[in-house]
Amino acid sequence: MFANLTSGLDFHSKALVLRAERQRILASNIANADTPGYVARDFNFRDTLSQITRTDGPAATPGALRLNASSGSTHPQHLELGRSSASASTLSGTGALAYGTQTQPSVDSNSVDLDRERANFVDNSVRYESTLRFINGQSKTILSAIQGQ
Amino acid sequence: MSMFSIFNVSGSAVSAQAQRLNVVASNMANVDTVAGPDGQAYKARQVVFQTVPMGGEATAGVKVSGVTESNVPFKRIHDPNHPSADADGYVSYSNVNPVEEMVNMISASRSYQNNIEVMNTAKSLLLKTLQLGQ
Repeated sequence: MFANLTSGLDFHSKALVLRAERQRILASNIANADTPGYVARDFNFRDTLSQITRTDGPAATPGALRLNASSGSTHPQHLELGRSSASASTLSGTGALAYGTQTQPSVDSNSVDLDRERANFVDNSVRYESTLRFINGQSKTILSAIQGQ
Repeated sequence: MSMFSIFNVSGSAVSAQAQRLNVVASNMANVDTVAGPDGQAYKARQVVFQTVPMGGEATAGVKVSGVTESNVPFKRIHDPNHPSADADGYVSYSNVNPVEEMVNMISASRSYQNNIEVMNTAKSLLLKTLQLGQ
């Protein structure tokens, strides 16, 4: 019964953890915009979230969502990393960290496109905030259901 | 790993860019220097950025791995009356290119601003997360 109430919250909390993860990765990209040889990283949010909600059982904790550097094979709920390769598009692979490709090739082989990263960063922060609002609204709904007023 | 490490990542980038600005400032100050502490004319300096892993796989900060000196030949100007003139009457000035330095300065200040912006966004998101459920 209570699981029905909180299942929506559970989904949004997973999305929130993923958004925070992506925010961190995009911050790394922006920080390394001038580092020679740095390759931009990112992941496909939609695919990763659907993979997590598919594989996670009802008792899964958000802590299991932590992106683990060690290939992810130690725990079935860990994300698998490092098996994708960059394709013609900016992203490839499902649920894995991918490499960004150069939009304007530069001599120092840095593949950070600052415009792209900043747009992604702002987009991601707005979506993070909207997820926060979803959680807030749902918890208020649950509270008012409990109080019955 | 929480969003707190954004402050470490962007903070490292900000301090690296600040060091780059410092180097640009010393280059600009020495554009017309004839002799440095070693008796030679001033050589233009450049910072070298390097990625530093910070925790997770894609969490990477920046550090200045070293400062290099330019090997471009010094500017030589014929001025026999100058006290630093050599036997042929030429004075060696520093090899700083002011145009390059200005471009470098603009690039560094823009990157600095970008990273400050990132930290501000992360801060406001974390504050909103703290208010969750209130």
